[in-house]
Formats: sequence, structure tokens, C-alpha cells
Amino acid sequence: MSTATPAMGRRMSYTRAFLGLMVRDLYVLRREIWPFAIRVGMNPLLFLFVFTYIMPHMSGGAALNPTAQMAGNAGANFSTVLLPGLMAVAIMFSGIAAVALPLAQEFGVTREIDDRVMCPLPIEAVAIEKIVFSALQSMIAAAVVFPLAYYVPSTPVYAHVSNWWFLAVVLVVASLLSGALGLAIGTAVNPKQIGLIFGVVVMPITFLGCVYYPWAALGSIRWLQIAVLFNPIVYMSEGLRAALTPSLGHMNEARVLAMLCFFLGLLTWLGLKGFRRRVVS
Amino acid sequence: MKLLADSSAIVDICGLRKVYAGKPPVVAVEGIDLSVRDGEIYGLLGPNGAGKTTTISIATTRAVPSAGTVQIAGIDVVRSPALARRSIGVVPQYNTLDRACTAEENIQFHCLFFGMSRVEARVRTAQLLDQFRLTDKAKAYPAALSGGLAQRLQIARAIAHRPRVLFLDEPSAGLDPQSRLAMWDSVRSLRAEGITVMLTTHYMEEADELCDRLAIIDHGKILVEDTPAALKASIGGEKIVDLKLSTPDSAGHLAGRLNAVEGVTGVESTADGVRVLARSEDGIIERIVNASAGFGVRDLATTEPTLETVFIKMTGRELRE
Repeated sequence: MSTATPAMGRRMSYTRAFLGLMVRDLYVLRREIWPFAIRVGMNPLLFLFVFTYIMPHMSGGAALNPTAQMAGNAGANFSTVLLPGLMAVAIMFSGIAAVALPLAQEFGVTREIDDRVMCPLPIEAVAIEKIVFSALQSMIAAAVVFPLAYYVPSTPVYAHVSNWWFLAVVLVVASLLSGALGLAIGTAVNPKQIGLIFGVVVMPITFLGCVYYPWAALGSIRWLQIAVLFNPIVYMSEGLRAALTPSLGHMNEARVLAMLCFFLGLLTWLGLKGFRRRVVS
Repeated sequence: MKLLADSSAIVDICGLRKVYAGKPPVVAVEGIDLSVRDGEIYGLLGPNGAGKTTTISIATTRAVPSAGTVQIAGIDVVRSPALARRSIGVVPQYNTLDRACTAEENIQFHCLFFGMSRVEARVRTAQLLDQFRLTDKAKAYPAALSGGLAQRLQIARAIAHRPRVLFLDEPSAGLDPQSRLAMWDSVRSLRAEGITVMLTTHYMEEADELCDRLAIIDHGKILVEDTPAALKASIGGEKIVDLKLSTPDSAGHLAGRLNAVEGVTGVESTADGVRVLARSEDGIIERIVNASAGFGVRDLATTEPTLETVFIKMTGRELRE
């Protein structure tokens, strides 16, 4: 008896397998929609609530925050500074949660990856599918920040999109980048120690990622301003800042896009290498 | 050693060698040649660490050989792994079922991965669930399935895309005897679908019951390859009679007398006495007992040669250490 797809071309076979993997992931995501909603909603909600609702209501609260002053000078406020940063964090967290954590489980306990790589698809494509699906989740997570940033703060957020194409490109590249980051981390770290990455990787790149303050604000700490240029999240934050709140100081758009693409390529390459190493002996 | 690939074989392994790097490097497979014919059930029998899983890993594109080639239905697994995977089904040693999906969905998604349409996938899934008697567990999650049911589901899923070859790595591991028998039935039924089966095992009963042909493998090499019946016959006797003596020193003398008995094909000394290899004939036991009169026979046990006997004969060790 012959196989089910004897005459199917190679490209058709790969496409169907790739789409099949995506369908399965969508199905499972739909089944676990509430945990997903909580995951993408909780962080921006709490952050906005504390920094843009509670603190402005405290007397002298705005004075506690130097970037709020800087934002005030530019005619905006801290909520406006926060918006792109929170979106960058949402995108990055989503990449980690959607790729690195499940990979650790699949490599470690359940070994489901052993079945996934038996698809009639090159091994690298199985990894790429994870990045692509994670990017979809990241974009949803970024989109969720918008309504929260509209309703939660006590002072309004001034977002103004002058270039929709730029925003779209930044969102897509940033989402793919976070998936690639998740893949690189998930394949590099021993599955048993995956919990450590939150303290060792995620927290530092978040706090040093120009999320809660624009890169320009680091001007007074020049050495740090240079050092954080190696952090891909900086470009995600600055890119979103340039797209959404261009009135605030931000990094040059071309530079942001170039570095985002560079990091996407680098992390994807590292992630694919790591994936192959884990899956083929 | 095989010099040319056997193009009529479904699984063709030539000069396979696999060395794992390390200090010191581990040679898992050292020069394996074998061919599996279309439609047969082929076994690799050997103790743990013999190189069975490594051989299967290479054949199923999960490992890259250090030397040698493996061809599945004419496709080189190293050069075209994605293409080769279309013809391969695998049930590995451990449970790789999708824990987030039901039994039914596990099979359905597998069909989608291999290019079937939704309708085809649904039909095929219903057919397989029926064939493997899993229909009432269709909506159950893998965590709720017993070891035997999970194994049956893994087999059903692995053949959903109608591969040419199904690889089973230690299929009996962790199964109770009843589940094992049910699994053997499932494997035998695959022949009717035209699926070739290659399995690894360290249970000689499994190799004996299931396999049309098998290779005994140890330390990364194939020691011997033939049908179970031929392997057992190669022992040189159809009946093995173990005599325990109260004075084992006299074994040598007894051996001489037993060799003269009609129907006896060989005599060996053992720690407790002698082991007699004989043909299955009328009166053979009586003649052996009579010949042993006066030598203080304490106990007598008769067995038939098993694959374990073959293994011990070839390596001096037992299959299960």
C-alpha cells in the first residue's frame, strides 16, 4: 500500500505540514483561551494601573518620576512614555511564554517534540513554525495594550501614528524577534533550569530595555546608554516609540529597523542551530 | 559485509557506524548491514546498550550516522530526511502523545501534518480508532489512558499516513502481559495493510512470537541474522536436558556415556552437572536417564532451545543482565 501522498510535490507537502502545525497550535490556543487572555492582559494592566492611575492620584506623585517631567516638557505625560514600552514588554514576554517555556516542556517531560519532528518537513521549518505562531500571539498581546492604555490611565495617552507602514513593520519584526529570542533561549537552556531565565535573562533585558524610559533619557549615564545598545528590546521599544509617540525623543527610525532585522537574523540563526542540536544526535 | 545496496529491500542499511563524541568516544554502532524485505516483521534482539535504539534513530532521521547509509524505500535518510519521513512511522520507547489534545485529535492532526484534507483525516481517524478498539476513548486525553491504550494509540497514530515502514522501539516496555498480547495482535494485523515492521526488543518471547526474521545484536554489531526457527535449530538440538548431579566432578565421565546414547547430539558440562542436547524422539528421556544411572542425578529439567539460548551461545551472557 502506498503512502497517502505519493504524487504530492515537495513544496505542497511542506506547506500542508506547516499549516497543519499552525492549525494544531491554534486549536490548542483556543482551548486554553482564558490562561492566554490573563497572560497577555495582566502585566500591562497592573503596570498601567499603578503608574498611570494610582501614582498620579498620589500627591506629588508625578514629581517622583523624572521621565514624567521629561515627557511633560514634550507636551505628553508618563502614560504616553509607557505605552510603547509596555507594548514592547508584552511582545517580548509573549515570545518567551509561547516558545521557550513550551519547548522546555516538550524537550524535557513530555517529549512531544519527538513526534513533531517526524513531520514531512525540514526540522528547521518546525522551529520556524513556532516562531511564526508566537509572533501571532505577540501581536495580539501588543494590541491588547491599546484599550488598556486608553481606559486605565487617569491622564490621557497621546498616541499619534504618522506612518502606519512603519508601525506595521516594527510590530511584525519585533514579534518575530521575540519568537526567535524564545527559541534561542528555549534551546540553549537546560529544560530543568528554564525557570532561571526569568531572573537571569527576562528581568534584566526588560529593565534595561528602555521600556519605562526613552533611550534619550539615558544621556546622563553615557556608559549605560552605550551598553544597552546590545539589547534587542531597546530597538523594539524605540521603534514603537517612533511609530506611536513621535513627539517624544526617539532613536533614528532607519537605525531601529536595521538593528531589529539584525537581531532577528542573529537570534533565528542561534535558535535554529540550538534546535537542531537538541533534536538530531 | 554488504557492498551493494539491496534495492528490493524497504529498509536497507549498509556499513552503518555511529560514534558519539566524548571522553572516551562511544561507539554505539559498528558496521551494521541489514535489509528488511517488504511486508515482513523484522526484529533487532539484544540487551540494553547493544545499539538497537541508535540504529533505529538513524533510520528514522533522528540521528546522523558517522559512516554508512540507510535507505527507506530507496530514499537516503541523510540526504532527504523530510522526504524519507513520509514513508516512516515511529513509535518510540516513551509516550510522545500530544497531551493537550484528545486521542481522536492526536490522530486527526497527524493526518493533517501529512497532507490529508480535513475530511480524509476524520474518516481515517474513525477507521483507526475502530481498528485499534479505541473508539470509546476517542475524547479522552492521553493523561487518562493506561500504558497499553496509550501504546495502541501511538501505533494507530504512527500508521495514520500509511507509511511503508513502521519502527517500534521496545514496544513492550512498561506493558503488562495482557497489553503486550494485545499489542502483538495489533502489530500482526499491520501485515494485512502492507506495512513493513521493524522492531527492537530485549524480550526473546517478543522476537520469537512476532518476527519473521531477526538479527541478534550486541556491542553495536550484528552477531547473526535468520528466522527464529532457524536460529533455534542452530543450537544443534530440539530438546535440552539439564541434569544436576550430586557429584559434579563425575560430569566428564557421564558426558562420555551420554554421547553414545542414540539421539543425543551434544553434551556440555555445566556448573551443576551436564547439559544434553538431543533430538525430540520417542524414548529419548528414558535413554538419557538410564545412561545416567549411578551418577547421582539429583534433578532433571527439559527445555527447548530459545533465542536466549542462542544469545548465550553467541556471547556467553544472558539477554537480561
